[in-house]
Amino acid sequence: MSSKRKRTIFDELKVLLGSRTRADEMELQLYGKDSSVLSGVPSTVCFPVNVEEVQGIVSICNRFQRPFIARGSGTGLAGGAVPIGNPVIISTAKMNKVLEIDLEDRIAWVEPGVLNLDLSKALSEFGFHFAPDPSSQQVCSIGGNVANNSGGPHCLAYGVTTSHVLAAEVVLPNAEVVTLGGIDPEPKGYDLRGLFIGSEGTMGIATKVAVRLTPNPPDVRTLLLDFADVSDGALAVSAIINAGIIPAALEMMDHNAIGIVEAFVHAGYPVEAAAVLLVELDGLSGGVEAAVQTINDVAKIHNAGSVRVAKDETERALLWKGRKNAFGAVARIKPDYYLHDTVVPRSKLVEVLNQVYQIADKYELIAINVFHAGDGNLHPILAYDAREPGILERVHSAGDEIIKASMEAGGVLSGEHGIGLEKRDFMHLLFSAHDMFTQDLVREAFDPQGLANPMKVLPSGSRCSDSFKQNLPEGVWV
Amino acid sequence: MNLGTIERQEFAESVAGSDLVTVVGGKTQWDVGGTIDPNARVISAPVGIYDYTPSEMTLRCGAGTTVGEIQDTLGEHAQMLPVNAERGSTIGGILAVGRSGIRRLRYGAVRDYLLESWHADHEGKLVKSGGPTIKNVSGYDLCRLLVGSLGTLGFLAEVTVRSLPIPPCSRWMTGVCDPFDLQSKLYRPSCILWNGNQVWVLLEGHPVDVEREANITGLSECSGPPVLPSAGRLSLRPKLLRELPQMYKQDWLAEIGVGLVHLSEPIKNDQSSLSAVTVMRDIKIRLDPTGRLNPGREVF
Repeated sequence: MSSKRKRTIFDELKVLLGSRTRADEMELQLYGKDSSVLSGVPSTVCFPVNVEEVQGIVSICNRFQRPFIARGSGTGLAGGAVPIGNPVIISTAKMNKVLEIDLEDRIAWVEPGVLNLDLSKALSEFGFHFAPDPSSQQVCSIGGNVANNSGGPHCLAYGVTTSHVLAAEVVLPNAEVVTLGGIDPEPKGYDLRGLFIGSEGTMGIATKVAVRLTPNPPDVRTLLLDFADVSDGALAVSAIINAGIIPAALEMMDHNAIGIVEAFVHAGYPVEAAAVLLVELDGLSGGVEAAVQTINDVAKIHNAGSVRVAKDETERALLWKGRKNAFGAVARIKPDYYLHDTVVPRSKLVEVLNQVYQIADKYELIAINVFHAGDGNLHPILAYDAREPGILERVHSAGDEIIKASMEAGGVLSGEHGIGLEKRDFMHLLFSAHDMFTQDLVREAFDPQGLANPMKVLPSGSRCSDSFKQNLPEGVWV
Repeated sequence: MNLGTIERQEFAESVAGSDLVTVVGGKTQWDVGGTIDPNARVISAPVGIYDYTPSEMTLRCGAGTTVGEIQDTLGEHAQMLPVNAERGSTIGGILAVGRSGIRRLRYGAVRDYLLESWHADHEGKLVKSGGPTIKNVSGYDLCRLLVGSLGTLGFLAEVTVRSLPIPPCSRWMTGVCDPFDLQSKLYRPSCILWNGNQVWVLLEGHPVDVEREANITGLSECSGPPVLPSAGRLSLRPKLLRELPQMYKQDWLAEIGVGLVHLSEPIKNDQSSLSAVTVMRDIKIRLDPTGRLNPGREVF
């Protein structure tokens, strides 16, 4: 070959980043997946360390008209980071510094690769934390939280990521660097910050994020209520809200979940119960005391077997360990699981839960429910063994029916995992063609060429520049 | 058919056409963003509460519904919308202007209270965004784009907002102290106002806690905050408020911890550079290609 051969995109990226540009087969395979069941194949994986390098990568992608995907920790469950169209993966893993903690403004500037829990740990000595706390908080990144507008158990009282991110430095799909939002309360212009959060990497790449610091509550009480009937548990959820209490967290686990979790963490969960509610109350002690009393009253009215109040931080941590590790604990019964995420009105929890059980029975699957009951955010887990022939089809069919049942109950497609690839073709259940067309118009204002994480969020056809659909990898379920 | 379906459809149809058009609410913040082109046809959004389930903490209503009516309805179930707007303001107007009330320090920005919206676009077609549940990440968050857009991208027809319980006890305290020091001593006060000398603080929550926090402040109880100066408005990062006494000779009242300053005289338009203006302009052109929605209003 002539030494003057035309430089490839890989060559260009290599010049920019050296050994931080990679395309080994192992690496490409690894970055072909996120935490969903979907997979694809990237062309290259890049590990930039600063905004200039991210800008450089995006410029090169523009020149070669190659799609790119920003990737945090790969913990996304909706296929948002699964590569489509032979893209360049831009990993934010090496951009992992807390840049500035400003206690006067009560904000911190962090790089996107900072892990959610690491941020809260860095803030703890000052008496603050970052409120969104997804179950994956030990490993998920702030950039990923921004992309998915992530939630977590404590978002019932504190709100999801969008309420806690004030500004972001973003490399737009045309490689321009901009700041969206601001540290001041009323930044000029349209709220592009709000639009960007939850856009799943389709509007650019955040390279620096200003997060709000939430003061640690002076008093925290964690309660465990058990019920012989799931309906009673669900009614208790509404009763608590009706009593004027917004707990910091209000989580439910069903019988199947309790058994699995207890065998794993030995927290003394009542394994015979049909459901438990994990309730956390926080704030100043007067309000917390009063709320504990109210919850005891609600528990009596709704036939709770007992109310256990964690007596110290160790017991509280143990109860939460059960909740936060429930998904991993599923491995005790089946090697694989499919985790769903829909939201229904609180008043429809019982109805939809019963449907979930019926759907699971119909497809001969085990359904395990561990979810954010306070905000109606269901997380049915379908446990299975991928080695069983034909099982994935059954899991998918059951999943489709769960999504449809949630929509029919007046719910939404996703509470916190996002749409990604997994649910884009369900968007029509929630939105009209014109709704999606309008969303697409807005996305195109950021990315007219369709290079930023193409084929995600909106179904094919909503977007004129969907030029990568021929490249759907095999096995992608869309 | 759901309540409100016909109303929002009729409203959208009333937007259709090729003429200039503007939507009017309670006119309580009518001057924000510049003067509306006098040739614009004036319409108003549907009025009425369509759906309210207290245990869901959500309320669905026409965008032309007044805050007074919403607060009264919520109040019957000891709930509220944490805005401090005049009773005659419409919810659509408050969201389109996007200014939060003085309790933002505790309750956050008004944009966080809009869950789902139906808006009429430039062709008079309805567009739904968001979802009716308090948690939702389905699709792009056009709700937040619409909040603060002064109706330049579409006219709100119907909204679903989230409500909160009314705190059992509320007390305003006032006196002379360092407001920044005060903020660091209190756990999530609802509002701290400062005029360079005197401080007003709103404490809300359980009576026992409010009493305890009131004692921490060392201030005396008062009936409420002073009237906010409304001729000028300044948005600063919170710590810059310390410098206000050196910056302004006129009367002002600042929201400590938030960064808003209410001024007694207008201030010159700030010339600060605006990032991502190309994207903003492009969004406006895409969503209102002929510029017929709220002509005269400037967001950036």
